[in-house]
Amino acid sequence: MSVLIFTETSEGSFKKSAFELTSYGKKVAEQLGTNLVVLAMNANDPSALYTYGAEKVLNVTASEYKTFNGKQYANLVQQAAAQENADIVVFESNANGLYLAPIVAVNLEAGYASNVVELPSSTSPFTVKRKAFSSKAFNNTAISSDKKVLGLSKNAYGIHENPVSGTTEVFNVEVVASSVSSTSVEKTSGTVTIADAEVVVSGGRGLKGPENWGMVEELAEILGAATACSKPVSDLGWRPHSEHVGQTGKPVASNLYIAIGISGAIQHLAGINSSKVKVVINTDPEAPFFKAADYGIVGDAFEVVPSLIEKLKEFKANNA
Amino acid sequence: MNILVCISHVPDTTSKINFTDGDTKFDTNGVQYVINPLDEFALTRAIWLKEKQGATITVVTVGGATTEPTLRKALALGADNAIRVNTEATDGFTVAKELANVVQSGSYDLILAGKESLDYNGGMVPGMLATLTDMEFVNACIGMEIDGTNVIAAREIDGGKEVLSASLPIVIAGQKGLVEEKDLRIPNMRGIMMARKKPLQIIEPVASEPLTQAVSFEKPAPKSACKMVDAANVAELVELLHNEAKVI
Repeated sequence: MSVLIFTETSEGSFKKSAFELTSYGKKVAEQLGTNLVVLAMNANDPSALYTYGAEKVLNVTASEYKTFNGKQYANLVQQAAAQENADIVVFESNANGLYLAPIVAVNLEAGYASNVVELPSSTSPFTVKRKAFSSKAFNNTAISSDKKVLGLSKNAYGIHENPVSGTTEVFNVEVVASSVSSTSVEKTSGTVTIADAEVVVSGGRGLKGPENWGMVEELAEILGAATACSKPVSDLGWRPHSEHVGQTGKPVASNLYIAIGISGAIQHLAGINSSKVKVVINTDPEAPFFKAADYGIVGDAFEVVPSLIEKLKEFKANNA
Repeated sequence: MNILVCISHVPDTTSKINFTDGDTKFDTNGVQYVINPLDEFALTRAIWLKEKQGATITVVTVGGATTEPTLRKALALGADNAIRVNTEATDGFTVAKELANVVQSGSYDLILAGKESLDYNGGMVPGMLATLTDMEFVNACIGMEIDGTNVIAAREIDGGKEVLSASLPIVIAGQKGLVEEKDLRIPNMRGIMMARKKPLQIIEPVASEPLTQAVSFEKPAPKSACKMVDAANVAELVELLHNEAKVI
């Protein structure tokens, strides 16, 4: 038996989420008294995962697997699970992980729990805590099948070093037929994406118009942050829908979330619940966001934000 | 073209989330139920297809008689038939099994659903349904065009989008982008009247064992009070974020 995790790379390098997933997988393997096997996609340096507890890395190198395909990648994971006799398969609950996990779960006859936020609280019955009700609550789910598939919520567990002496094998299996094929990929380049960002700076209707986003972008740039917005802002077309954060938009699980001119509707707060530290800047001291935030400033964004930018620049200069 | 839209009956997004029976059950007291918003994007996209290219739309849900108003609303919006699988939904896998049975006893070219329900957020039913019925699957779809049996579908990926070409039959799990919020419709009186006469078929479940059990629920720990910083002293915020919160 073993624990298998699925990790992805971007141009051959692991994303931070791969280290988080490896850290998590290693702990789960320890809980079960077994070892961790990592399936890696086209990794330049699979040994980078040894630091976090990857005892064995199966690196997929065939050019057929350069592009994601749901059915083909799911088959890869299933073949790896069969070879390694894996009872537990862990994905990250990101775009590709959420795509693959239900397919793999059915094919392995495994129960599946997505958006898991902690290590299993019990291994018998196997119980995990996961986000539910759009982050307004947690749900403890027991998985009763022999095989189990988990999806780890982004930024929920953190990266923990756990060095082991690992080994890497090349792993390739025959490509299964699929009538789905990728025709193009568009990535927002140059900016940090909301999904990957450690800091997110978000603006609401309080900013009065799209022409006032300069200071939001400047603040984001200083903090290495992604920019986001509330639902009314994207509905008004001030900002693209891809920036809409909330229950029907994107969830945010950053370390720091700065909300400027956002009152804090329940649907918005649901989307940002998983962020660790929340700062709100709003003119209205009664705005519901203050109840959900860690730090608050009651004031005019057009004065507070430029001043914050200035202070952060000083801070960066002193701490460079 | 025969389209099946899978619908989940969920608490309205403004609902207060509470639990009863020692935090083991969702408190339905005073809760309004709606078509899962993500399923509604899918349904609206199906209605556009019907209006533009011609299609028959069947909506299906797995649930007790209390879910029927939600199906009637879908009929009022423009679906032609409804199916209710007469069993309480237990876990994502059993729901997918019931839906697979519906799919296999009909002949659908396109199966649409939201990528997740906004109550349990399992995000598993569409992918499981596709796998159980041996169909191709696209998740997190944010745009879709159908020409004959050719499907062009855009899906959201981390930090961008990917355009896929595929062919019918297929299961597509969608989200906002499939249509926009402003494109969602409100049923008109004529639609509501017609919905009463449209067929709503009740079918009995195929027995299947759930693989997961929702054991209990927890609400997030109450937040400590928000620490207020004076607008004239922004430097203090920077200091707190650095030394106390340690996030910068």
